[in-house]
Parts: sequence; C-alpha cells; structure tokens
Amino acid sequence: MIELTAAQAAERIRAGELSAAELFEEYRSRADADAELNAFTWVAEAAPEDGATGGPLGGVPLAVKDLFCTAGVPSQSGSKILEGYRPPYTATVVERLARAGAPLLGKTNQDEFAMGSSNENSAFGPVRNPWDRERVPGGSSGGSAAAVAAGLAPWALGTDTGGSIRQPAALCGVVGLKPTYGAVSRYGMIAFASSLDQAGPFTRDVTDAALLLRHMVGRDARDSTSLSFPEEVELPRAERLDGLRLGVPEELTGEGIEPGVREAFEATLALAEELGASVERCSLPHAPYALSAYYLIAPAEASSNLARFDGVRYGLRVEADDLLGMYTATRAAGFGPEVKRRIMLGTYALSSGYYDAYYGRAQQVRTKVAQDFASAFERFDLLVTPTAPSVAFPLGAKVDDPLAMYLNDVCTVPMSLAGIPAISIPNGLAGGLPSGFQLAGPAFSENRLLGAAYALEQAIGFDGSPARG
Amino acid sequence: MIDRAQVLHVARLARLELAEDDVDRMARELSAVLGHIERIGELELDGVPPTSHVVDVVNALRADEPRPSLPREVALAPAPEVVDDGFGVPSPGAAA
Repeated sequence: MIELTAAQAAERIRAGELSAAELFEEYRSRADADAELNAFTWVAEAAPEDGATGGPLGGVPLAVKDLFCTAGVPSQSGSKILEGYRPPYTATVVERLARAGAPLLGKTNQDEFAMGSSNENSAFGPVRNPWDRERVPGGSSGGSAAAVAAGLAPWALGTDTGGSIRQPAALCGVVGLKPTYGAVSRYGMIAFASSLDQAGPFTRDVTDAALLLRHMVGRDARDSTSLSFPEEVELPRAERLDGLRLGVPEELTGEGIEPGVREAFEATLALAEELGASVERCSLPHAPYALSAYYLIAPAEASSNLARFDGVRYGLRVEADDLLGMYTATRAAGFGPEVKRRIMLGTYALSSGYYDAYYGRAQQVRTKVAQDFASAFERFDLLVTPTAPSVAFPLGAKVDDPLAMYLNDVCTVPMSLAGIPAISIPNGLAGGLPSGFQLAGPAFSENRLLGAAYALEQAIGFDGSPARG
Repeated sequence: MIDRAQVLHVARLARLELAEDDVDRMARELSAVLGHIERIGELELDGVPPTSHVVDVVNALRADEPRPSLPREVALAPAPEVVDDGFGVPSPGAAA
C-alpha cells in the first residue's frame, strides 16, 4: 500500500479498490512506530470520522509541519515557548486540504520557528535522515521531508522562507515546491518572516506536488497578501522539453558546490538538452549578496514577529516580580540558541544608528536581486541550479558554526527574496545520498515549472524506495 | 564587530535575558555573521528603491461588516493567567 504515490492511492480509493480508512491506519501506525527518526511531534490516534473521502484528494492523509495552527492539536513551531499550545483555529491551507480530502495524519518536527537548515534547532530534538540516520535531513521542514522520504506519510506540508522546503527535499530525496509568494494563504502559519514565508508541498513525485498545490492556492480574505492564482494548476504530462530555454546562473553553480552534487547537476543539464531544451550560462550579478540581505531581512522581521511571545496570552510563562522581569525570563527560558541569535541580529539591524546601513541596504539589495531575475527571464524560461551545495551532512557537524550553517541556503535564498516559485526534484545519489536539482521561474509560472520538473523526473528515473525500508 | 556592551543593549531592546557566559559567545557569533553580511556595503545602491514586499497590492481591505470573533473564553483558554475575564500579568513595578 505504501508503494503507491498519493495520486495513485487517491485513484484506487475512487475506484473502490482501496479503503481510505485502511490507508490512513497504515500510515498512522508507520508514523507512530518510527520514533527514532523523530519526524513527528504528534500523530493522530485514528482516522477522522467524517473521512473526507469524497473530495478530489480521496482521503489520502497529510502530514503537516508543526507551525501550522491546527484546532485542538499541539502547534508549537518546534519551540518550548509554545509548550502545550493547542490553537483555537486551523490554518486556511490545512482547512482547504482537509476539505479537498487530505485529512490530518500528524504534525511534523521542524527547526524552532523555522530557523535552521538541519532540523537540529528543535525543542523536540533533531530529526534524522532516512537515507543515513547519522545525518541531518535538512531544515527547517526536516520532519516533513523525512516523513515523506521514509514512507511515514504519503505527502506533507512545509514552509519555505529561504529554502526550508527545497533544501530538506533535496537532502531527503523527495520533491519540494516553494510557490510564488502570495499564492498560498499564510493565515494560521506561526510567522517567521512575513514577507518571505510561503507554504508548499513535499511529495514523492512531481505529479503529487501538482495535485496537492492545486488545492492549496487561492486568495484568502484572512491574508491580505494572498492573491488569486491566475490559472488551474495542471497535472504535468509532457515528457519532452522542446524549445524550453534553461539558464544556468554562474554565481550559483560554481565555487562552493560539492563535486558529487556538481557532477549530478551537469549530468541532468545534458539530459535536459537530450529532451530538447537549450541550456546556456547566464549571470545573476547580485546573487552573491542575496544571502547577506536575507540574513538581515529575515531576522529583522522575525525579531518583530516573535515579540508576541511574552508569557501573556499563550505558552510558557516564567514568573518574576514585575512585568519586564517576567518577559525577559520567559523569553530566556522559552527560546533556543538559534532563535535568540536571530532575534538579536534582527533587533540590532533595526536599531537606531544601524537601520540604514543594514536593514535599509538589505531591502535595496532585494530590489537588485529581483531585477536580476527579471532580466534573466527575458532570455530564459526557467533558471536551474543545484538545490543545496552539499548532500546531507553528519548530525552535529555545523551546530557550532552559524555562518557555515547559513551557507546551506546560498542557492535557495535568491528566489525567496524575489518571491518567485522554485522546485527541487531528486537528482540521483552521490555517495549513497540524494542531491537536488532546482528549477525556478517567474511569478505564477508554477505550471511551466511543474511541467519541466516532470519531464526531467521521468528522464532521471530516481528510485526513492530504499529510504522507505 | 559587536562588543559586550552592544550585546547587552540589544538584548535589553529585545527583552531577552542572557546568561553571563552567553554574552561573550553571542558577541563572537554575531560578529562572525555580521562580518559576512557587511559585504553589502561594497555595492553602489544610491537611488535604488527598497523592496519591503514583493506583492504589488495596496490596501487590500475587506468589507466592513460585523461578524462573530473568537469567544472570550476560547481566547483566554491558553493563557497562563486569567484575571477578571482578561489576561493576567504581574505589576509593571517601579523599575523603568
């Protein structure tokens, strides 16, 4: 049963060949049993009674990153400061998917407040990589990536702020899509950086990603930055890439990319040409500055968003004699080291005397990065890069070096700053570990992106079954 | 570079209490990250408009119609302390 993709399972359920309740129970018990992987923070006790099998997603269960609010179900964003929090409402995207027939299977582990690239910053402990349990799954949506890769969930929701869907998807050998900013409602997502956060699917293949995305997008009156999606999300079918112009930005494909990852990337470029695409080098001159701008903008927004965690309305409180003492003691006890670092960095960047030199300049760099993409898309349909510079690294390898950890995001952050969609697909194994191939397109080009990703996926022929044990 | 005094100042702005050992470590780690970030100082950016948001939407307002909100007891249920149907907090005290 677990060998079926989500789309295949939905089809069998519709045809009366598979019971949605049995499918739910199969995944539920697998998710419950693999405590060592630590991918889940909460698993449903039983299939929902209403079943939701009538919808287009057939009742195929969905794993959801901890930071999505789910009514009555623990939602802590991987943080101790939200200990015991059960929200009174459900995030729009989770609600929409449940209505479409993807009931909640469980909540997945993540880096605290989505800050991290290894899932080692969680109050629930690190998630392990199903391909090698001594290595990280990537982050921050590491639990969702690991759950799908290990066959503990047919598909999952994550969020991507600077690469938090694409990088763990690459390291775990699954598909991860960050939609255009505004395509999916952020209502009910516990915020990290509001101008960057975007929800997206983790799936075993590109078809499943298209199917799930189709039911995620759309304007939501409760998120004023959400936009209506201009067309129906199509299930991709074409196996050729004739006439497609692919650009390869030299700044994101050169130095710093591990040899095994680079070889796999070059091999897939050759495959793309065989399928009829043209492949040409190009330049994103400001991409080398994107990481710096990101690590000012995201922490600045986070320092403001996380001001709400003060021991008053929900979660942890550490008692003290006066109000200020209660705030500072609660935040000291509730936030982990990486979250404190980012709050400090963001507060510094916004503080009097430093605002113009840091936050103001970072926003100007953001404009330049977006302009670089706009001019590249005058000549190219899509841009392609490796998703992450390396394969999964050993647990603990980078925890003491924040800067080394941040460099994992070098290939994914530029698209986030520009608000454009990007997808990572499994690109074979290097030394037994998966790497990712990233495709990025202009805003709302998801159909083009999914179409090209599908054709490459067929040609690459990646086998993810070893990770499902 | 960022020194101890700056770390303590920023921690106060951020309402974070730092343990004595953490102050030096925070200064070291933030200095390393800022050292990398300061590369954006090399760029010529005069006259470049800032981007705070990529979505080109201005004032997306909903209709101004009354509708139910969260019931008070539901909103208060997760609170650490409830006093007289509101969120309870310790006294602001004399310290400023």
